[in-house]
Amino acid sequence: MNKNQKDWIDITSGVNVRKCMRCGKCSATCPSYDEMEYHPHQFVYMVEKGDIEPLLNSESLYKCLTCFACVERCPRGVEPAKVIEAVRLTAVRQQGNNHLIPDRIPEMLDDDLPQQAIVTAFRKYTK
Amino acid sequence: MQRIGVFVCHCGTNIAATVDVKAVAEALSHEPGVVISQDYQYMCSESGQDLVKNAIKENNLTGVVICSCSPRMHENTFRKAAASVGLNPYLVEIANIREQCSWIHKDIASATEKAIILGKAAVAKVHLNTPLTAGESPVVKRALVIGGGIAGIQTALDIAEAGFDVDIVEKEPTIGGKMAQIDKTFPTLDCAACILTPKMVEAAQNEHITIHSFSEVTDVKGFVGNFTVTVKKKARFVDETKCTGCGLCTEKCPMKKVPNEFNMGLDNRTAVYIPFAQAVPKVATIDPNYCLMLKNGKCGVCSKVCSAGAIDYKQTDKFIEQKYGAIVVATGFNPIKPDKYDEFAYSYCPDVVTSLELERLMNAAGPNGGTLLRPSDKTHPHTIVFVQCVGSRCDDEKGKPYCSKICCMYTAKHAMLIREKYPDTEVYVFYIDVRTPGKNFDEFYRRAVEQYNVHYIKGMVGKVSPKADGKIDVQASDLLSNEQLHINADMVVLATAIEPDKTARPLATMLTTQMDTNDFFTEAHPKLRPVESATAGIFLSGACQGPKDIPETVAQASAAAAKAIGLLCKNSITCNPCVAHSDELMCNGCSSCEKVCPYGAITYQDKEFRMPDRTTAIRRVASVNPAVCQGCGACTVACPSGAMDLNGFSNSQIMAEVDAICK
Amino acid sequence: MQVNENFEPVIVAFCCNWCSYAGADLSGTNRLNYPANVKIIRVPCSCRVNPIFILRAFQRGADGVIICGCHPGDCHYTSGNYFTRRRITLLYSMLDFLGIERNRTRLEWVSAAEGAKFADTMNKFVEDVKKLGKNRRLEDLRCRKQ
Repeated sequence: MNKNQKDWIDITSGVNVRKCMRCGKCSATCPSYDEMEYHPHQFVYMVEKGDIEPLLNSESLYKCLTCFACVERCPRGVEPAKVIEAVRLTAVRQQGNNHLIPDRIPEMLDDDLPQQAIVTAFRKYTK
Repeated sequence: MQRIGVFVCHCGTNIAATVDVKAVAEALSHEPGVVISQDYQYMCSESGQDLVKNAIKENNLTGVVICSCSPRMHENTFRKAAASVGLNPYLVEIANIREQCSWIHKDIASATEKAIILGKAAVAKVHLNTPLTAGESPVVKRALVIGGGIAGIQTALDIAEAGFDVDIVEKEPTIGGKMAQIDKTFPTLDCAACILTPKMVEAAQNEHITIHSFSEVTDVKGFVGNFTVTVKKKARFVDETKCTGCGLCTEKCPMKKVPNEFNMGLDNRTAVYIPFAQAVPKVATIDPNYCLMLKNGKCGVCSKVCSAGAIDYKQTDKFIEQKYGAIVVATGFNPIKPDKYDEFAYSYCPDVVTSLELERLMNAAGPNGGTLLRPSDKTHPHTIVFVQCVGSRCDDEKGKPYCSKICCMYTAKHAMLIREKYPDTEVYVFYIDVRTPGKNFDEFYRRAVEQYNVHYIKGMVGKVSPKADGKIDVQASDLLSNEQLHINADMVVLATAIEPDKTARPLATMLTTQMDTNDFFTEAHPKLRPVESATAGIFLSGACQGPKDIPETVAQASAAAAKAIGLLCKNSITCNPCVAHSDELMCNGCSSCEKVCPYGAITYQDKEFRMPDRTTAIRRVASVNPAVCQGCGACTVACPSGAMDLNGFSNSQIMAEVDAICK
Repeated sequence: MQVNENFEPVIVAFCCNWCSYAGADLSGTNRLNYPANVKIIRVPCSCRVNPIFILRAFQRGADGVIICGCHPGDCHYTSGNYFTRRRITLLYSMLDFLGIERNRTRLEWVSAAEGAKFADTMNKFVEDVKKLGKNRRLEDLRCRKQ
């Protein structure tokens, strides 16, 4: 268990994961649940345990849409999306690379792509 | 000149082992005013008490100091002993030389020195003690029960059983409360109406019980044993004494589109109505918001058909004032409205209902005559999803932070009843925890799972989306198999949190009782005084104090009744004489004391005073009601002019103790 | 500052009848030692303690005054200790103004069940006051003999 990493996630997310009462409403509400290896409630639980390594290596990090449905509906105010965001930031900072290069955006654009997706992609994939 | 006796107890070796009791008695004998100073083996024993009594008689003592164990232990013993030989009990002071001296110190010299100082402080205090007489205040032998649900009914019946008059004030047109709306009760599945309605009738027929239905408490004055309460009897536009409850007016009323609150708005009633067939009192009420006659002055059908001539369109609110010795609060609860939770689609999908609405849908007297049909298209539902903890255990402003306690059990009941009556219906229950502490409760829940094959799934529903084909997509998580489920449901039932009735908070202000942040009434002690409020003479019954099921409510209702009877049995109550009093000549009428008094014991009066120049002047001065004052002393410190003082712990007494200790 | 080993401070403790006085009794029942310097005055509620009593104690030679009441929210009279808390906070500034060290006055919450806490509090308080040494005596000059 990496205590520093857990503390850092606690601080950057601003979330008190111990408030979770394990109801699973975050995962029940998540639109990209099926895409994820670790689901929102598991993020919260594993961060609480300090079991962060598997999360850092999981693709699930990049599957979260940051739609904040879980934040909106969590009855305990735990804000799982912010926890995921914090773990993602940890991963991005560790690797030291930007996963999205602004110059490559024009070639990725298509008419169906909402602008919001580009904004969130920047938040997710860049340092 | 004071004549003070000092009595030093050895308490076997408890005191004598570390305190030189003889030296203490000797040292204290030289204190001013001390005429006799003795030591004895066991001062609290019969012979020890006799020693004190004889000394009082023989030496004509005006004050007694006992150096012994804690006053919390034997203060009363010695006060009674003094009183038995004619010395005012409040002229006795205890110096605690056991718990606070001999037991904590090992060195004899320093312990003895401390015991002497404690003794001196007590002597200094007793010099300033004044004889106090405990006042008495008469008890009005009548109780008021606020709220006519099962809690209020049970309390009223129990108090009436003891022979005291009770008034029930109920804000709805009928007593019965929430239990009247419930279909079946857990864990025995007996019909709620079958066990409640006989009690309602019993209450109505009891000669000691008066029911003020469609009434509200608007003002409470006074204190324990002597409350004066104003009750507003709201205009129901029907003469209660004439109406026979035949119901002809309700049949003929042309205004038939009024949402029926008894059936949770699932069907309609008429503007003149009787809430349900077994209502008590069975008297019609006209709803002025819908009555065509009261709104437009055109109709009058009910008046024409009423052979008893009970309809009175000119009726107005009436106020009645009554005196009571005790007040029992039984204002109960309401389920919250889950319309703030958009994800559950309650506000726009008629097939998403709350549990209390489901009770009505399943009730034989309900909108569908007992057949469970979807409210939208009146078809039989084949898949029903129950969602637990809707608004309970929430940390947000939408819900309540507490567990509503009853939902786990009533959901198990609903699931079981549905599976029993409609075996072709699949029932899913999404739970976070199943909480079933109670006699036969867990067995009941297990029966729902094992015998009735109800699908209990650990997880929460995240989204409820009504679909075009009338079905409802329920998206939920199954935490144990770690997957997200989509259930194609016909109906969704929300186990909504319960909250105290909205009338509770203004009532608490009137009664000067405490409430917690959730508006539940606070009991005087969470373990040892669970049915009393901290305000003397006010008792708590049922869900107004916290979420409760019916058996618990009835138990608490009877307990509250027992407490009220205990009070009403007394002809008068003895008041604590150690209460505050104000020196009217020094009082400047600033109201500081009134503001800090937690009991509302201080009032201001305009009094006439003779001035030095022989004129008179009216001044506003504080006056303490000794029956209400509990003697905390907050006012004595708040008073800027030093007019307030506390009997038994006066400024000069405490100051004398300070001086004696610091000397 | 030199600590006088033989200095025995005079300590006045005001204890509310319902919690702290019972807590003091409990530390006695459990035979938990604390120095004999502490002398307890029983008051119905900590809110009965007029700041004047504390000043009077200092005037008469007390080296430390401690006020003990029920824990916030547990007051027998529901709100008394809240008044105490505010009053003592104000008194602190006044004592600062007078030059009486902050550590000579203390407000503690001790429940009827906290015998050990009572003894610990008293031990600590006496120790702290001993470190401060004898109190500068406040005096009412009107009472000084000419």
